Amino acid sequence: MTSFETIVIGGGHNGLVAAATLAKAGRKVLVLEAGGEIGGAARTEEFAPGFRASSVAHLLNRLHPDVVKTLELERHGLQFARADFVPSVALSKDSPPLVLHGAYGEVLTGASSSEQSAWKDLRAQLLRYAGILKPFLSRRPPDLAGMSLLETASLGQTALALKKLGKEDMRDFLRVLLMNVADLLDEQLEDDRLKGLLAFDATLGSHLGPRSPTSLLGLYYRLAGETGGTAGAQVLPQGGMGAVVAAIRASAEKAGVEIRTSAPVAKIIVEKSRAVGVALDNGEVLRANTIVSAINPATTFLDLVGPREIDTGFMRKVKNIRMKGDAAKLNLALDRPPQFTGVDAASHKGRLVIAPSPDHVERAFNPCKYGELSPEPVMEVTLPSLADPSLAPAGACVLSAVVQYAPYALKEGWDAGKPKFLRAIMEQLEAYTPGIGKSVVRAELLTPADIETRYRMPGGHWHHGELQADQMLVSRPVSGWSGYDTPVEGLFLAGAGSHPGGGVSGAPGLNAARRIIAMKG
Amino acid sequence: MAQATRRKPVAKAAGATVSARIAAQSHFQTLRLGTPFQPRIDALAKTQDWYNWAGYRAPHSLWDEELEYFAIRSQAALFDISPMTKYRIEGPDAEALLNRVTLRDVTKLRPSRVHYTAWCDDKGFVLDDGTLFRLSQTRFRLCSQERHLPWLLDSAVGFDVKVEEETEAVAGLALQGPTSFAVLRDAGFAGIERLRIFDLADFPHGGGTVSISRTGFTGDLGYELFVPADKALSLWDRLMTSGELRGIRAIGYTALNRARLEAGLMVANADFTTAEHAIRADRLRMPDEIGLGFMIDLEKGHFNGRRAILEARAKRKLRHVLVGLEIDGNVPAEHAIVYHKKAQEVGLVSAAMWSPMAKRNIAIASLARPYGDTMVEDLWVEIYAMRELQYQKLMKRAKVVARPFINLDRRTANPPADF
Repeated sequence: MTSFETIVIGGGHNGLVAAATLAKAGRKVLVLEAGGEIGGAARTEEFAPGFRASSVAHLLNRLHPDVVKTLELERHGLQFARADFVPSVALSKDSPPLVLHGAYGEVLTGASSSEQSAWKDLRAQLLRYAGILKPFLSRRPPDLAGMSLLETASLGQTALALKKLGKEDMRDFLRVLLMNVADLLDEQLEDDRLKGLLAFDATLGSHLGPRSPTSLLGLYYRLAGETGGTAGAQVLPQGGMGAVVAAIRASAEKAGVEIRTSAPVAKIIVEKSRAVGVALDNGEVLRANTIVSAINPATTFLDLVGPREIDTGFMRKVKNIRMKGDAAKLNLALDRPPQFTGVDAASHKGRLVIAPSPDHVERAFNPCKYGELSPEPVMEVTLPSLADPSLAPAGACVLSAVVQYAPYALKEGWDAGKPKFLRAIMEQLEAYTPGIGKSVVRAELLTPADIETRYRMPGGHWHHGELQADQMLVSRPVSGWSGYDTPVEGLFLAGAGSHPGGGVSGAPGLNAARRIIAMKG
Repeated sequence: MAQATRRKPVAKAAGATVSARIAAQSHFQTLRLGTPFQPRIDALAKTQDWYNWAGYRAPHSLWDEELEYFAIRSQAALFDISPMTKYRIEGPDAEALLNRVTLRDVTKLRPSRVHYTAWCDDKGFVLDDGTLFRLSQTRFRLCSQERHLPWLLDSAVGFDVKVEEETEAVAGLALQGPTSFAVLRDAGFAGIERLRIFDLADFPHGGGTVSISRTGFTGDLGYELFVPADKALSLWDRLMTSGELRGIRAIGYTALNRARLEAGLMVANADFTTAEHAIRADRLRMPDEIGLGFMIDLEKGHFNGRRAILEARAKRKLRHVLVGLEIDGNVPAEHAIVYHKKAQEVGLVSAAMWSPMAKRNIAIASLARPYGDTMVEDLWVEIYAMRELQYQKLMKRAKVVARPFINLDRRTANPPADF
C-alpha cells in the first residue's frame, strides 16, 4: 500500500490538467490511466500502417487560456499564431464552397456582398453574446445554496456585462438565449451554405437538430472557446491532438506528477463517507487524502463508488444524466490527397463541412430520434496530413472526420448498422470529392459504441453527458453538486461531465483543481 | 348491407376494448377499497363512521369510541391494519439495502425480530417512520404510513434484492390489550407464550401460515398478525371465537389513536410532515427534530441523509424538537398554540387528550428550539374550548415530560399474563 496526497483517476486531458495544476500548488499527485496510453479521446493514434490521426477530437478550438497560462504550455511547445488558424469551408453540391477565413469567418468569401455584411453583423453579435457566457467557463457554477462574496461579485460582473450591452442588445440576448439555431439563422441570413455550417456547429456533439429548442446554446459554447487569444479560432495541432496532450503531460511531469498507465481503477475506497483511496483492477490499494475523478461521473459513482456509499436521491440524479452520443469518428487512410470540388489548396488544409443547409442537418437528425441512422449524414472533414506530412506516408493522406448522426442506441444494432453507415458516409464524400472511394487504403469508423469501449466514454459521448440547457452550469453533472466536490468527502470530479463540459479545453480539470486548492480538500 | 356486415365485428371489437378498459378502472369505481376483513367489519359497523386510510375504507369507530378505547386497555381489541403500506424486501443484499435506506443498524436486527425505524432523503429529512420485520436472514417486511415503492426501487439499484409492494396481498390485524395473549393461546397458536416483545414467529393457520409479532401501537400487551389475504376472514373468525369470553372487540381508529398517544407514539403526517408531502420548506423535519435522533447510527456505515444529518448537528441547524407535554386541567389541548411566558409563540400541539390511564392531560407538541430543548420553563398552551357557541380561552401551564405517558408492565412481562 502506497500513500499519495492526491490521486487523479483518468489520464485524459482534464485529468492531466487537474494533476498538473495541483502539483504546481505543491501537492504530490499520482495519475492513474486505465489505458495503455494517456490522453483519452485526445490522442494521436496509428490506425493503418504509417497513418496516424487524432482519436476523437481532431480540431483545437477551445483550449482555455488559463490552462495554457497555468501549465505554461507555450514553454512546452504549444504555441499558436494567427497563421495557424484554419478556415471552415461550407461545401455545397450545386454551388462553389463558401469559406470562413481567420477566426470563425472574420472574412467570408464565396457569398454575396449582402450576405457578407449580414454575416459580419451576426458574427459580431454571436461573439458578443458568447462573450457574456465566457467568464462562466473558467469558474465554478454559482452555488445557489451558499454563495460566497467572490461568487456574488463575479455574478455581479456578468450582470454588469449584460448591462453594458445596452438595453436593446441585452433584451435581444435574453430573447435568443434559448432559441433554436435555425430560427435565429433564418432571421438574419439568406445563404443556405452558411446557415448549414452554423447549424452543424451548433448541434455537433449533441442530441439536437437545428430546429430543436435551445440548439443555439451549442454555438455559443463553441464560440466561447478561443485559440491564441482569438475567439472562435481553430487550429489543427501539428502531430495531432496527441501533441496537445504531450505538452500537458510535459508540464505535469515537470511539476512532479507521477503517471501510471494500464492501471485501471476498480473501486474508490470510501470509509465513513470519506474517499480514502482506490483499489486497482489487480487488487493493489493506493491511499490518498484527495481523490480526483477525471472520468465519467456516472462511471465514478455507479461503478467505482457504488450505491452503498451514496444517497438514493443523488444516485437517481446520476443515473438520469443523459449521455448517448450521436457522433461517429471516421479515419481514412488514402493513397493520395483527395480533391474536393471547387476547393482551393489552402482551404483543403481547413475544416471541410458537409452540411449544405439547416434543413439537411435537421433531416439527418430526424431518424436518430428513433434510433436510426442518418441516410445522408453531416460531417466535418479535416486532412491533417496536408499540413503535417508526418501523419501519413509520402504522397498519401489522412482524412479525419466527425460524422453525425449515429445514435449510440441504434435500433438495429451496430454490427448491422456500421457497414451501412460507412456506406452512407462514403456516398456523401464521393459527391464532394469524386473518386475518393478508390483511394481508400483503409477505413476505420468508430461508432459511439466503439468510442465507448475504446475510450471508456459511456454512450460514446465526448461531453460525458449531453450538453444541453438542463445539464449545464448549476445542473452539471447534477443539480446541487455542480462545484466539483461530491457527496463523498475527499472525492472530486474533474472531467468533461462537470461544468463547463467537453471539448479539449482543460477547463473542468482546471476549475476542479482550483476548487480543491481553495477548499484545502 | 356489405357495409353493415363489415362494421359489426369492428364495433364488437371496440366494445370489447371499452369493457376491458372499464374493467381496469375499478380504482375510481370503488373510491374506497375494502380490506380483506371488510365483510366482518361492515357487519359490526353500527356507527358507519368511516375515514380514508391510504385509499381504504377504514372505521373511525364501530359502535362506541369510549368503549372501544377501554377494550384496548381492559380486554382485547381487534384492529384492521391491512391498509398499512407493506413492502417485501428479499435477497442476499436485503440487509445491506435496508442499512443504507433506514437510520438504524439493520445488522443488529436478528431474524424473527422487529424494530421501529425511520428513513430520510439526501437532505436528512424524514420520509417516514415504520416498522421493519426481519422474517429471515434475507427476507424483510417494511411497514409504513406512506408509499415508498419508487424510492425503494431506486435505492435498490446496484443491490441484489427484490422489492415488492405487498399491501394488497397481505392482510394485517392488531390484537391489543391485556387478554390478547390468552385469546391467541386459546385460539391454538401453540408457543405464542414464547414471544418476547419485538419477537415474531410463524404459526400454522388454515393450511398456510400466519406471522405473529409481539408488537403494536398501543403501549399495551399486544400482537400484530399478518396473513395472506385469502386467509383473512378465517383468521378473524378464529380470533373472535376464541376471544368471546375474554371480551374481544373490533375497534376503530379513534380508540387506537388515544392509546398510541398515551404510549407517546407519533403518527407520520399528523405529528410531523413527511418530506415528500411537505410543501413549505420549514415543515421538513430531521430525525433529531422529531425525537428520532436515537435511531441514527453513525458507526454502521453510510445511510441516506447521513452527511446532511452530521452537518446539521455540527452546524447546529436543528430548529425543532418534538416533546411530550403535561398540561394543567382536563381540557384536551388539541392543536393549541404553545407560548413561552404566555406571550411568545413557540410551537403547536399536534395531538392531545385527557388520559384515563395516566390521569393526566397529555399532548405531543412540536416546539422551536431552544424551547422544549434547553428552555423548558414557563411554557403555556392556549386552549380554545367551545362552550355553547362561545370560545372560552384557557391559558394553561404546560410541562415538558418524558414519553411514553404510561408504562404498563404487562406490555413486556414474560411470560405474558393470563387475564
